[in-house]
Amino acid sequence: MPSLNDYLLVSGLLFAIGLAGVVLRRNIIVVFMCLELMLSAANLSLVAFSRFNPINGLPDYHGQMLVFFVITVAAAEVAVGLAIIVALYRARQTVHTDDLTSLKG
Amino acid sequence: MNLAWILLFLPLVVTAANQLVLRKNPLVPLVSTASAIITLALSFILLGREESLAFDWATIGGFSLQIGLKLDQLSTGMMIVVTGIGALVHVFSLAYMKDDEAKNRYFTGLSLFMFSMTGIVLSGNFIMTFIFWELVGVSSYLLIGHWYQKDSAADAAKKAFLCNRVGDFGFMVGILMIWGITGSLVFEEMRLPETISSGVLGAAILCVFCGAVGKSAQLPLHVWLPDAMEGPTPVSALIHAATMVAAGVYMLFRVEVSLGAEVFDGFAGQTIAWVGGLTSLAAALMATQQDDIKRILAYSTLSQLGYMVMAVGLGGGEAGMFHLFTHAWFKALLFLGSGAVIFACHHEQDIWKMGGLLKKMPITGFTFLLGTAALIAVPFVTSGFYSKEEILAAAFAGNKFLFGIAVFVAFLTTFYMTRAFVVAFLGTPRDHGADHAHEVGPLMFVPLVILAALAIGSAWLTQPLGAIDPRVHADGHHDGHAIVLGASIASLVLGLIAGFVLYNGKDQDPLSIPLFRNRFHIDWLYDNVVVRYFQDAFASIVFFFDEILIRGLAVAGLGRAAASFGLLFRSTLNGRLTSYSFALGLGVILVIYLTVFF
Amino acid sequence: MPSYLFWLFSALMLGGAIAVIAFRNPVASAMSVVASFLGLAALFVGLSAFFVGIIQILVYTGAIMVLFVFIIMLLDLQDEEHRARSYLPIAAGLSLVIAFTIQLLGVLSSRPDQEAPALDAPALASAARNFPHSPSISAALTDGRLPDVHLIGQMLFTGYNLPLQILGSLLLVATVGVVVLSKKSAETE
Repeated sequence: MPSLNDYLLVSGLLFAIGLAGVVLRRNIIVVFMCLELMLSAANLSLVAFSRFNPINGLPDYHGQMLVFFVITVAAAEVAVGLAIIVALYRARQTVHTDDLTSLKG
Repeated sequence: MNLAWILLFLPLVVTAANQLVLRKNPLVPLVSTASAIITLALSFILLGREESLAFDWATIGGFSLQIGLKLDQLSTGMMIVVTGIGALVHVFSLAYMKDDEAKNRYFTGLSLFMFSMTGIVLSGNFIMTFIFWELVGVSSYLLIGHWYQKDSAADAAKKAFLCNRVGDFGFMVGILMIWGITGSLVFEEMRLPETISSGVLGAAILCVFCGAVGKSAQLPLHVWLPDAMEGPTPVSALIHAATMVAAGVYMLFRVEVSLGAEVFDGFAGQTIAWVGGLTSLAAALMATQQDDIKRILAYSTLSQLGYMVMAVGLGGGEAGMFHLFTHAWFKALLFLGSGAVIFACHHEQDIWKMGGLLKKMPITGFTFLLGTAALIAVPFVTSGFYSKEEILAAAFAGNKFLFGIAVFVAFLTTFYMTRAFVVAFLGTPRDHGADHAHEVGPLMFVPLVILAALAIGSAWLTQPLGAIDPRVHADGHHDGHAIVLGASIASLVLGLIAGFVLYNGKDQDPLSIPLFRNRFHIDWLYDNVVVRYFQDAFASIVFFFDEILIRGLAVAGLGRAAASFGLLFRSTLNGRLTSYSFALGLGVILVIYLTVFF
Repeated sequence: MPSYLFWLFSALMLGGAIAVIAFRNPVASAMSVVASFLGLAALFVGLSAFFVGIIQILVYTGAIMVLFVFIIMLLDLQDEEHRARSYLPIAAGLSLVIAFTIQLLGVLSSRPDQEAPALDAPALASAARNFPHSPSISAALTDGRLPDVHLIGQMLFTGYNLPLQILGSLLLVATVGVVVLSKKSAETE
């Protein structure tokens, strides 16, 4: 069984890659996907902590509660976000971030 | 106590009442004249008192600014002069300005002047002197420019004010230096410290002297006084003969009384004496070729002021004050006399258009003769003789060169005054104005008579005014008394002969010396060289400091710096999602660093 | 979970994540995300979080990523190949990754390591005593199995009931919002 630090390391790396993707990629939808990667990384460390800090011999399910809520809210957020992106595409005919600079100034 | 305050403030109250309340009321001239006579009475009552009154006007930390009156022999004696001549001029003006449209403004100006001059004389500290100094300058401006519709009058008033201001700048520096040296601005409390560098003290005295150069019209700021003759003649009599121009000498003597006559040893006193001597010489030379009777008298005033300043510079301050006292009476007499003459000749001022006035205006002519006699210092019978003797004695004791100059100036004085009297009063009328002249009314000739009596006799009236009569302190005869007496009598006789011979019976000036007539071209120099070249140069320097350094760099520069910082930060808001998220990531990294690793 | 399996699935997860960034085609990126989530779900299961692992597949991969793919297809996005390549975002992104990784390693090296507490049969059996009111849970625990779903359900519906209801209304609001947002307005018909 790997140690806690291994899980945290992996989770952190996933978060970092997600962050890099948000900065790197210029397609809004791909940026959104990388955002989901970051959320998942957080979920992983939550579950790891829940497993490695047991209460009464069983894993601490409070962490997994939070994961449940995170996944649900992520779903809702993705739905609304993609709806916005669709509306944006209809207005601007592009999803490339370099073209979407009307907030400049 | 209270009387001194009334003496000071009554003219101010009258000015305010005339300007704000009475306005076009025909009573205004009488109100002003009444206040002048009341102040004269008050001066007589206060004569000889010695006290100091003061109240705090402003207190800043440990320093308090006081309005203080200092009554002593010097100030009360001077007050007699100021209020005496003031009252007589007021009475004279009632007749002289009878037909003027702006009489009320004129009398209001006179009252303001009386207030300001009283302030200078009675002042107990330097700050108050300076305040009233400026006020006197303002009054002079208003009165010189009384007929401001004439361009020459408006220009003359401006010139007077500007010359005064130039001198006042040095005066202010001098006051500050005296304050630094003595630690106090109150005349009674000023003391020189034991160890004082003579250079610093000399510089301070010279700066204070700058005020006298401006106010008493010494070289090179003398140019305003002849032009000030554009004002009404009674104004010239009061301000530019007897009182305001004497304020410079009075102030210097006050400094000598407070700090001791030793302050005029050394280069400061030498400079002051030479400035006075040269002024008197240059003015006398210029006077010999002037044709306007008022201008002759103006240059004569400059010359006599030069005498007084020279005496102060040589350490003979009492002689200077004594001459101031006697000069005030006879010069006021001469000016008022010339005013009467001008009035009678229907405002004609050129002496070559007058003539034979002694027969037509006997009282005026005779009083004018007495005034002339006093000015040229006819021996033993006129007051002018005694005061001039004291000055010549001081010059003889101080500096033989200056003594020589002073004797030469005495000769010139006699010469040009004889010229003026012979041409204007003797002979036959040269113009119809003089032909139709007749004696003036009593409102005008009574002051002339009173002044004539004083011109002759004022030297014997100085008992209560011991501070300004050096003979009271004199220890017998001076050294070289005989030489001085001889020189003055010789110059007198020579001047009389020269004047009579050259000018009796002539119809135009036999002498023509363009250099003197054009007043050594000093005015031309100021207008075309100093003003044209230096004024623009100074203006561009000031412009540089003001516009470029202060406004451009400091004020606008700060604004532009803020704006460019703003622009710098604005460049981060490029509307691109990528850069925003990068900034976010960077912030996260930074926060992690600060919370975990710091 | 044995170590080699952990590293295997971690490699899958991280490799998929890197592929998301590397591929230019958005559909390929979406597929890489799916692969990454598969690895993640395996890791969850390895941590004995069975419910979360299944939910990860069902909801995240099955619903969310499918939605992503739908939208990508709907918008008919072109590749990014015709764009000029800009190296500035790449440098920025990489620098962020490196900085973050350094910090991560620093944090992890300073904290003492923890071994997984055992969830074997005796541990589970002794835990059964804590659930007197839940016969199915205690029966499963004494049997030596971890009734993951039951435990989560019990906690969710008792302790976290209110958040659960709010979550329900959140989903409703989200649904309504999506409908409103994606409605074509009259002018753009």
